[in-house]
Amino acid sequence: MPSLGADMEAGKVTQWLVKPGDQVHRGDIVAVVETEKSTIEVEIFENGTIDELVVAEGERVPVGAVLARLSARGPELVPGEAPPAPAPPLPPESVAHEGGRRPSTPVAPPSAPTHPLEAHHAAVVSPLVRHLAEQLGIDPGVLSGTGPGGTVTRADVERAVGAPREVEPLRAQTGRRGPSSPFARRLSSELGIDLAALRGTGPRGAVTEKDVRLAALAARPKETTPQEATNEDRQAAMRRAIGALMARSKREIPHYYLSTTIDLSAAASWLEQANLERPVADRLVMATLLFSATARAVKRVPEMNGFFIDGNFVPSGAVHLGVAVSQRTGGVIAPAIHDAERLELEELMTRLTDLVKRARVGRLRSSEMSDPTITVTNLGDLGVDEVFGVIYPPQVALVGFGRMKERPWAEGGVLGARPCVVVTLAADHRVSDGMRGGRFLTEIDHLLQEPGKL
Amino acid sequence: MTSDEALVLMRSVLRQVAPEADLDEVGEGETLQEALDLDSIDFLNFVIGLAEATGLEMPERDYDQLSTVAGCVHYLSTSH
Repeated sequence: MPSLGADMEAGKVTQWLVKPGDQVHRGDIVAVVETEKSTIEVEIFENGTIDELVVAEGERVPVGAVLARLSARGPELVPGEAPPAPAPPLPPESVAHEGGRRPSTPVAPPSAPTHPLEAHHAAVVSPLVRHLAEQLGIDPGVLSGTGPGGTVTRADVERAVGAPREVEPLRAQTGRRGPSSPFARRLSSELGIDLAALRGTGPRGAVTEKDVRLAALAARPKETTPQEATNEDRQAAMRRAIGALMARSKREIPHYYLSTTIDLSAAASWLEQANLERPVADRLVMATLLFSATARAVKRVPEMNGFFIDGNFVPSGAVHLGVAVSQRTGGVIAPAIHDAERLELEELMTRLTDLVKRARVGRLRSSEMSDPTITVTNLGDLGVDEVFGVIYPPQVALVGFGRMKERPWAEGGVLGARPCVVVTLAADHRVSDGMRGGRFLTEIDHLLQEPGKL
Repeated sequence: MTSDEALVLMRSVLRQVAPEADLDEVGEGETLQEALDLDSIDFLNFVIGLAEATGLEMPERDYDQLSTVAGCVHYLSTSH
């Protein structure tokens, strides 16, 4: 279980995207993990073959626990040999796939076992839609999304329920026989559903587990949505996680704070001109300029960029810019844009847009969560003038941008109005002092006066 | 596009940009950004979504109009 942020202590594997025997490559997404704060796609950092999934879906384990075993060589399982059955205590969802295959895997041709992730990759699913799909026994990975960018929408899931035969061939391959499976029978008696009253959608009209679950769902009174309870639990867990990390920050890090008001006239008119020529999808926002200037400036003041670990500052050569994204359900996460100081504005904008979008729908990747070297927050977008930041340990600085607005500005004895932003720095006194912090803010200012060079 | 179709489109785009946001929470005269806590990137994603669905160009100077429910409905129903 990787550490997906300094405030994470444990995580729950909600979904495996690989199975024993699958070949994986560095960067492949192999699992989905739920933390107190978000849902993260976990990437693998080795090439090899999955030998064993140690942690079952639904299981919650501490950071550092072994999730799966990998061998560096080719597949060891001979074709036809069944992968080892997952260990007991299994949630019903897993038992349903007793054939040993996830229902999504049959969509990949058997001749291409090395790319089991593609089918999943095609499907972008928000946690809410995924949750709905799970409740209804639908695998969103097999649906073709009709939302923007192929996103699987609520409507897609509902349609799949309405037309069960569309997805049923996948279930059929798991080899259920007879008018009802033993599992469907057991489930129906547990849930108090009369099997005889159900219309089976399985092969030869067999009543499947999904039919039973759908019937149980339909019979359930609307008020008791388990989703809400879960969200509340998660909210509380998230607040605890944030609280623990911020308390640690305030306890351990001797913060100092600086602020500077930056004239954004040059940046604003440059941006307006640049956007005139661009189609909507290629337009830039001011935040991109602010973040780019921050990433470039910190390269020149390395005491702000890195980690304080075991009593020592470890500067980072690369700038992985953590971007604080507020989640609408509460809480904030700060995934990283890697090597931000080297990116052109267009590329930075693309990454930023993508990152914010995925942060909102809970599809961040593990590498983005684990290694920001400095964090920037653009809370000003939502209306405040200044941000007094709390550093994310083990980082040593946090930059905050307030709202861009017109302010009185005196220059050369003339008073005028200019678009301005207040930039603040919270930095770690164990690593730097106010002079270097001031230098950093001045660098940001200078860079923003020549936006064409960013 | 009718007003109702415009609303349906706004809702569906908004659901992709900000799954938890609900258009019904936006009061008259309130901007989407304020009412739904959309930051500039969310709002740009919202405009991109509308532009992709309608084929409209939606220059930056129109953003003010797009930022209220009534303005957005009017914009979509008159220009598409």
